[in-house]
Amino acid sequence: MNAQLFLLALFDGVAYAALVFMVAVGLTLIFGVMRILNVAHGSLYAIGAYLSVSIVGAVMAAGFAPILAFPLMLISAILVGVLVGGPIEWFLLRRIYHKPEVLQLLVTFAVFMILEDVQRLVWGSQPYFEASALQLLGNVNVFGVYYTVYQLIVLPLVAVIVLIGLRLFLRRTLNGKLILAVTEDREMAQSIGIDADKVFLVTFIVGAALAGLGGALASPTTSVLPGMGANMIVLSFAVVATAGLGNIEGAAVAALLIGLGRSFAVYLFPELQVLVPYLIMLLVLLIRPEGLFGTVGARKI
Amino acid sequence: MQARKIVPAALVIAVASVPFSAPWLQTLLTIALAKGISVLGVTLLLRAGQVSFGHALYFAIAAYAVAFLAPTALGGDLILMLAVATAGATLSGLVVGLFVVRYRGIFFGMLNLAFSMIFWSILEKFYHYTGGADGIHVRRPMIVGIELEREPFEFVLFYVALAGSIGLGWVVIRFLSSPIGNLFCTIKTNETRLEYLGMSPRGTLLVGYAVSAALCGVGGAIMAVTQGIVTPEYAWWIRSGEMVFIAVLGGAGSVSGAFVGAIVYEVVRSYAAAFAADVWQLILGSFLLIIILFAPGGLIGIYNAAMNRLAGRRRDAGRPAGPVRGSAAANEHGARHD
Repeated sequence: MNAQLFLLALFDGVAYAALVFMVAVGLTLIFGVMRILNVAHGSLYAIGAYLSVSIVGAVMAAGFAPILAFPLMLISAILVGVLVGGPIEWFLLRRIYHKPEVLQLLVTFAVFMILEDVQRLVWGSQPYFEASALQLLGNVNVFGVYYTVYQLIVLPLVAVIVLIGLRLFLRRTLNGKLILAVTEDREMAQSIGIDADKVFLVTFIVGAALAGLGGALASPTTSVLPGMGANMIVLSFAVVATAGLGNIEGAAVAALLIGLGRSFAVYLFPELQVLVPYLIMLLVLLIRPEGLFGTVGARKI
Repeated sequence: MQARKIVPAALVIAVASVPFSAPWLQTLLTIALAKGISVLGVTLLLRAGQVSFGHALYFAIAAYAVAFLAPTALGGDLILMLAVATAGATLSGLVVGLFVVRYRGIFFGMLNLAFSMIFWSILEKFYHYTGGADGIHVRRPMIVGIELEREPFEFVLFYVALAGSIGLGWVVIRFLSSPIGNLFCTIKTNETRLEYLGMSPRGTLLVGYAVSAALCGVGGAIMAVTQGIVTPEYAWWIRSGEMVFIAVLGGAGSVSGAFVGAIVYEVVRSYAAAFAADVWQLILGSFLLIIILFAPGGLIGIYNAAMNRLAGRRRDAGRPAGPVRGSAAANEHGARHD
């Protein structure tokens, strides 16, 4: 492997990790607060991608400047959070918080199945491609390797902003502290007057919007087609489990680990490309059962 | 009271007579029964309170074992192949089990998922051995040394699947009422107590896990022979999700529910796919939501509740209202694990 290939693999890995992180962080946030592993998260990612392609495509076709693609992607992500995530929490998840884990998992699985067909009904099964944002920024030359500015700079930058933003939001703002309080001890939080229902709704909307943002940002780099949600969800499961469920900073590290592992595998052992994320997850969990940054819960007798 | 025994017997007879009364349903039901046997494995784990999102792994291991064995001298025979494929699935279950029994709850589910996805990507990527996404064609095996044409073969296969379902259903009921089965269920109710008894929860879970892998293997092997082709899709996580889905649809933890659920699921699925090809997942998903939200006991739960009401009403006629309530409740309690 020469230096150029090394750089290519590195850039691929970082760009990919940035996308996976945004999806995984939403998943881990929702799990941390609500204790629900949201299988439908993959669909939210896919819908974010579809929505962004449609909206950006329509606006570009109307002849507006390509720079508008960026705010439009953000808008698509927010739309996913509010219009898709909101109703899921409001009408469904709210009814099942007291049910066993298995049933909660299955409810989100059912939502996933339903949303897969909804996507097919709305957008059909042909692939979409809309890369205005990618083309607008062009390429950059790093040590003789040409790479797109969008993937090398924009994606990691957004991921870092999301990471820092989430951290500041949770630690420094009142709403964030309310979320942390509910995460720590729901009953206690409710007993001092925190509206846990509202916190759950807000968390789910934010988590869903993050999945949508991941999808929207991924859309210029790949063709948007059915099945992308199913692939993304298992990968972000792997990231979240590797990091330790509910751990936000850990998700960033795990995403980087898995993203880089995967991209180096593409160049070194192409057959193993799909395998690497799960191998990393297995290795980590073999040594640390609670994930890289997870904490061991006290045993209740 | 009698209706509780008559209805299941009538259902079994109805299914057994399908090749004569409704031959167009025969293959559909063979597939449903094969899936039912696999779902039995998932159901078993649900009894220990564990949900595996990766049991399609054992389904696929056995199916590919059949595909690899079929052309060899060893694998000409159906029964022999089923046995070898099941042994393969059980062995893999033991190996993977050694690792996953250390975990509970969501981690347990996700680790199973990871193992099944690893196997899926191996099947998908190692094209030269596994045929990649196209899969492998499975040659029709002989049955006790006799080479059969397609129709009689499918006829026999149907009854093999039916006999397997009834036999294995009985085995699982026996297992659950055995000492080790009772310990196994304790993992759900109170694992700490199990440790205080001086038993190893991991060892107990491992036994149950291996049995569940074996059951998934039998289902996968029958499925491979029925469909005549195996593809990596057998190990895909949605397949595992489907198994959990069917287990909950039938009645989480219920042995008969696994088969009722599988038959209902396959029939709904094939008709939905035929008449509403674009929205069959949507229909199934909504069906699942309705079951979970409004009938958490699944189809078997609905059936038991109906039977209890029937029994209660009949007794109401002869007795004062007081004790009936109690006996109906006791009935419900006893019937839940049928």
